[in-house]
Amino acid sequence: MSANSIETGAGGGLVKWIDSRLPIFSYMQKEYGEYPAPRNFNYWWNFGALAMFLLVTMIVTGLWLAMQYTPHVDLAFASVQRIMRDVNSGWFIRLVHVNGASFFFIVVYIHLFRGMYYGSFKAPRELLWMLGVVILLLMMATSFMGYVLPWGQLSFWGATVITNLFSAIPLVGDAVVTWLWGGFTVANPTLNRFYALHFLLPFLIVGVVGLHVVALHVTGSNNPLGIEPKSKQDTVPFHPYYTIKDSFGLGVFLVIFAIVVFFAPDFFSEPENYERADFLKTPEEIVPEWYFLPFFAILRAVPAIWFIEAKLAGVIAMFASIFVLFVLPWLDTAKVRSGKFRPIFRWFFWIFIANVLVLGYVGGKPPNETVFEGIESFDFLALGRITTAWYFIHFLVVLPLLGRFERPLPLPESISAAVLGTQKGGGPVGSGAAAKPMEKA
Amino acid sequence: MSEQVQDHDGHDEGRRDFLYITTGAFAAAIGAAAIWPFIDAWNPSADVLALASTEADLSAIEVGQSVTVVWRGKPVFIRHRTEEEIALANLLPEDLPDPQSDGERVLKPEWLVVVGICTHLGCVPLGQKTDDNRGEYDGWFCPCHGSHYDTSGRIRKGPAPRNLDVPEYAFLTDSSIRVG
Ligand code: HEM
Ligand code: FES
Repeated sequence: MSANSIETGAGGGLVKWIDSRLPIFSYMQKEYGEYPAPRNFNYWWNFGALAMFLLVTMIVTGLWLAMQYTPHVDLAFASVQRIMRDVNSGWFIRLVHVNGASFFFIVVYIHLFRGMYYGSFKAPRELLWMLGVVILLLMMATSFMGYVLPWGQLSFWGATVITNLFSAIPLVGDAVVTWLWGGFTVANPTLNRFYALHFLLPFLIVGVVGLHVVALHVTGSNNPLGIEPKSKQDTVPFHPYYTIKDSFGLGVFLVIFAIVVFFAPDFFSEPENYERADFLKTPEEIVPEWYFLPFFAILRAVPAIWFIEAKLAGVIAMFASIFVLFVLPWLDTAKVRSGKFRPIFRWFFWIFIANVLVLGYVGGKPPNETVFEGIESFDFLALGRITTAWYFIHFLVVLPLLGRFERPLPLPESISAAVLGTQKGGGPVGSGAAAKPMEKA
Repeated sequence: MSEQVQDHDGHDEGRRDFLYITTGAFAAAIGAAAIWPFIDAWNPSADVLALASTEADLSAIEVGQSVTVVWRGKPVFIRHRTEEEIALANLLPEDLPDPQSDGERVLKPEWLVVVGICTHLGCVPLGQKTDDNRGEYDGWFCPCHGSHYDTSGRIRKGPAPRNLDVPEYAFLTDSSIRVG
């Protein structure tokens, strides 16, 4: 079906009339109907659609919260409690928003690790990947500011500690922090601007997601084999094949999401934040939301280096840990995309995942506590240093070296050949060809 | 440029470059000037700056006691130091991270006035109550990342880079001060 001939049922005349003036129908048809997707997606390819669903969910619930929320230091906490107790269905809308943020990060992190494993960031998808990292950064900023809004103890002290990080900037640090706060502490001006930005940023995310999808539809999707489709045999139209698969995945997701929202709504949250912000009393322990914990661990792990004081070094390392993702396409130089055909990379990939999980665990622990009973000298700070070092070694040393020295397994001839079993993916290839450089579609 | 360069249409390139560059420079300057108000609007406003000073009555604070007053939305610690604490503050070890003598930090030895915000990342250190953990140097202890301050509010151990700030203050009478 060509892009110009859209299916027209009843009312087709109107659709045609509109489409010849503003081709939204043929655009949808082309990009979401016919879009030729590799036939071999596995369930890891569901997470992009799930992220899209969550973005919409966050915007809708957020908008409804905004109708009842009051951004003022004297009223914010009470207005959120009122949403929970008095506003009709307010508890539901808020719990979806609160837990939606956590699930959004789970989904996006899986989406990102999927890309790392299957080499979806490699040429020609570098910009697609980098736009994804931009989305991640915007999400982090959004949820950081959102967490300040209910004005609980952790809202206030989290905001204080994180904004104070900018005081590490040489010379202008203190001026920058005062500027961020609009005062001499985190206070009402800070809450107001965070609220305005928390409202705005999700719509910027929508814009960047749009670019992300445009870039995707230019290069086409990667797939678990990491080889480009060569013929029509290798692809299926997005609709109905993947609309159905995505819908099924969404159903499974919604079951899990609903279990948390209805039966364990506080699973991801810290009870401390149900105490109103008190600027004279710092809580015993300040922990960020779970999805920031690995970065928090990196922040705390780095000691002073040469002339850079520890505070600044930690901040640099924390930002570097995300910015390194931007250059991943040039660090991982392997010609073969998919981890399926990279026997050594595969090990390092799982070590990397485990390392990130340990970093997250360390981020939630007091640095001076010992890791194992009885081994006094090995505290969480030490573990944090080791895992932080490994995080960077993985990107800066392991990946470039693997790209040079790893011998990948032979690639299948085509997606359809591998899927239809004319040849086993990963097994010896008929022609006996060693892995070729990434083929051109 | 002394030499007149003409392109193949007979235009004067020197003149054209000049026009491009001046137009561009003006546009950039106006653009920057237009952005400035948006940046400046984030700086503390006049009403926030107007809250600049706080008065505190010291007469009720007994020796060994501390109180917290609020100045510009920040806690300010006022400690009526004991003889012992003053003596401790005057012991000046050589390896202070932020070297300052006690004399530089107080107006009257028995009164220490410092901003109660850890210079690391802004938590409020413990130590205002006598049963608080006051750290290894008997001043204040910041629970966030473990900074220890001494009885002069100087950083002695932990990640904080600077001593607790001493705000600008003056004695109005023998038993009252104005901070800010
Ligand atoms: C990327 C999408 C978004 C994310 C990740 C996000 C995240 C968050 C988080 C983590 C909180 C704190 C919840 C709590 O602990 O109470 C929050 C609160 C809030 N958000 Fe969002 N949000 C998003 C979109 C939006 C949008 C689009 C709006 C408004 C149109 C909005 C309005 C609010 C309001 C009013 C609150 C305060 C009420 C409360 O704390 O429950 N959010 N958001
Ligand atoms: S804020 Fe006090 S030690 Fe970090």
